Amino acid sequence: MIETTIPSEQTPGAHFGIGYTRYLGPDGKPVATLPPNLADPALAIALYRALVRTRSFDEKAIALQRTGRLGGYAPSLGQEAVFVGAASAMRPEDVFVPSYREHGAQLWRGATPQELLFYWGGDERGSSFAKAPGDLPNNVPVGSHSAHAVGIALAFALRKEARVALAIFGDGATSKGDFAEALNFAGVWKLPVVYVINNNQWAISLPRRKQSAAETLAQKGVAAGVRGEQVDGNDVLAMHAVCAAALERAHAGGGPSLIEALTYRLGDHTTADDASRYRSDAEVSPHWDEEPVRRLQSYLTSIGKWSRDDQERVLAEMKGEMDAAAEAYLATPPQAPSTIFDFTYATLPAELRRQKESALR
Amino acid sequence: MSEINFIQAITLALARAMADDESVLVLGEDVGADGGVFRATDGLMKRFGDERVRDTPLAEAGIVGLSIGLALQGFRPVAEIQFSGFIYPCIDQLANHASRFRTRTRGRLTCPLVVRTPWGGGVKAFEHHSESNEAMFTNIPGLRVVIPSTPKQAYGLLLAAIRDPDPVVFFEPTRLYRAAREDVEDDGVAAPLDRCFVRREGSDLTLVAWGGMVAEALAAAEALQGKGVSAEVIDVATLKPLDEETILKSVAKTGRCVIVQEAPRTGGFAGEIAARVGEGAFGSLLAPVQRVTGFDTVMPLLRLEDVYLPNAERIGAAAERVMAYA
Repeated sequence: MIETTIPSEQTPGAHFGIGYTRYLGPDGKPVATLPPNLADPALAIALYRALVRTRSFDEKAIALQRTGRLGGYAPSLGQEAVFVGAASAMRPEDVFVPSYREHGAQLWRGATPQELLFYWGGDERGSSFAKAPGDLPNNVPVGSHSAHAVGIALAFALRKEARVALAIFGDGATSKGDFAEALNFAGVWKLPVVYVINNNQWAISLPRRKQSAAETLAQKGVAAGVRGEQVDGNDVLAMHAVCAAALERAHAGGGPSLIEALTYRLGDHTTADDASRYRSDAEVSPHWDEEPVRRLQSYLTSIGKWSRDDQERVLAEMKGEMDAAAEAYLATPPQAPSTIFDFTYATLPAELRRQKESALR
Repeated sequence: MSEINFIQAITLALARAMADDESVLVLGEDVGADGGVFRATDGLMKRFGDERVRDTPLAEAGIVGLSIGLALQGFRPVAEIQFSGFIYPCIDQLANHASRFRTRTRGRLTCPLVVRTPWGGGVKAFEHHSESNEAMFTNIPGLRVVIPSTPKQAYGLLLAAIRDPDPVVFFEPTRLYRAAREDVEDDGVAAPLDRCFVRREGSDLTLVAWGGMVAEALAAAEALQGKGVSAEVIDVATLKPLDEETILKSVAKTGRCVIVQEAPRTGGFAGEIAARVGEGAFGSLLAPVQRVTGFDTVMPLLRLEDVYLPNAERIGAAAERVMAYA
């Protein structure tokens, strides 16, 4: 009989776990002791206002689209806490790398409702982001921006700047090679980048269970040496806390994180989609009991920091802001036709100049 | 000043750009300690360190994608894609992203990056190592596409590409890497990115070529000279944006035009040039424009590579057909 002894540190094999964070249950009652910063009602109220603002923007955008005054729109209904929670944990000098549904994050970062309406209304001025000049515009090809976040984070690391790139994409994006490549770069170079998966359970018509056989999407980080964890994406306090911790690690040189936010897409994929073709009301309606806005409102009410008057006031304020943004958007004429040429290159090549002249004749 | 070959001119330009501008970075597979599979980045890591000359994991789309992120942050990355047959995954990043940031943000964010790759056949390489796929890139608005054909051009055009504020795809004809040597002065002077080179003056016929086909066109012109035909040879070098004036001026003078490309015939850039000549010099034409191209086949493996590649003989035959046109 041959006996083999392998010292334990050389034993092949490894064990991994994926954590999960939730502070508020679906009814708004704390399920864990809130850390002091989360227990501060000022933060919760600020986050609540941002959630309501995001939902108000959604309602305005959809109304404009349904009346033929906006091109198309990707609603964020039900997922507001993912975006507000992530953005509220960022520093202004960090860079946000969105896909196309993160209106709540963009609004928090300083993009104006009018700019966002420009974008969805088909006007490139919508990506000007005067108040968030480093942030990237929406990324429509799913997941390809995950590599841009790597490059931005590498730039920060090379310049020894304490800044982080934070990118958000959906559950579908985690099936793409772009995602796997980006995570691998981030892990091997230990870059200051935070990836947030907005796992809203649907990639247009494909449900999460048909997207991946992985038990969690967060564990895809583990394969790349990137810390992965799950969070209740309908609990904005948990979202804020988990993202803040990941950003803090990244700022301090601790490397990347992959955060899987568990939420639910209550609306259609976009205004061009009809989700009733592939999912029933019976499938959707239970998720209304978990949605983030009412959850935080219940919590704030339960601790005596929110009243019916407060609610009416904030709804009126947000409606006023969105009405004004819509008016300003609708009152702004399109850009001059020549602008389709002017930003193709830093200087207009001769052939393009001829094309411009012929188009404008 | 010293005599160097094409690949040495590339290295010289990279070193010059990195020495002049700290924002210039070199990255790609095996570009560091190995100095690149063709040695284009030989010695750069030793000189500039492993932060500015960065070996990447093996992920072509990701290399270009992260170069975009670096460029958006003010760096000037020069990414190497090891062979042009491996550049296809990068098209998404180039077409959907690098080429569009300036337009999409109305100039707020820009993408000054260079993607270099060995390109074309003629060296009996492995499968997928001999592609001439430039037309896939010339059809992308917002990109520049450059294919030098001499060491001097390689030096000057690469410097220009790196300094350009927009994304550039820089194809390096593999067959020229260790072909002719010439004196290249390391003077830091960039070549214009929107000018064709007139490589030989002539009066009867215009031959238009780029990359590895320029030498074949020049050889054909030499042979034609012996038959009493004076051929002008234009080396396009900067395909996009295209310097159409130089080509049209030449055809206005000669009245005859043969365009040579290594790439498959259909949808190739020779067709674009033929159209420009048809639109811009129709009145001068004494004969139909002809193309000498690769075939609409898969690039053959090395034993039959020469059957595919255009050469001086095929160019000469096309020229004689054009000259014989009544």
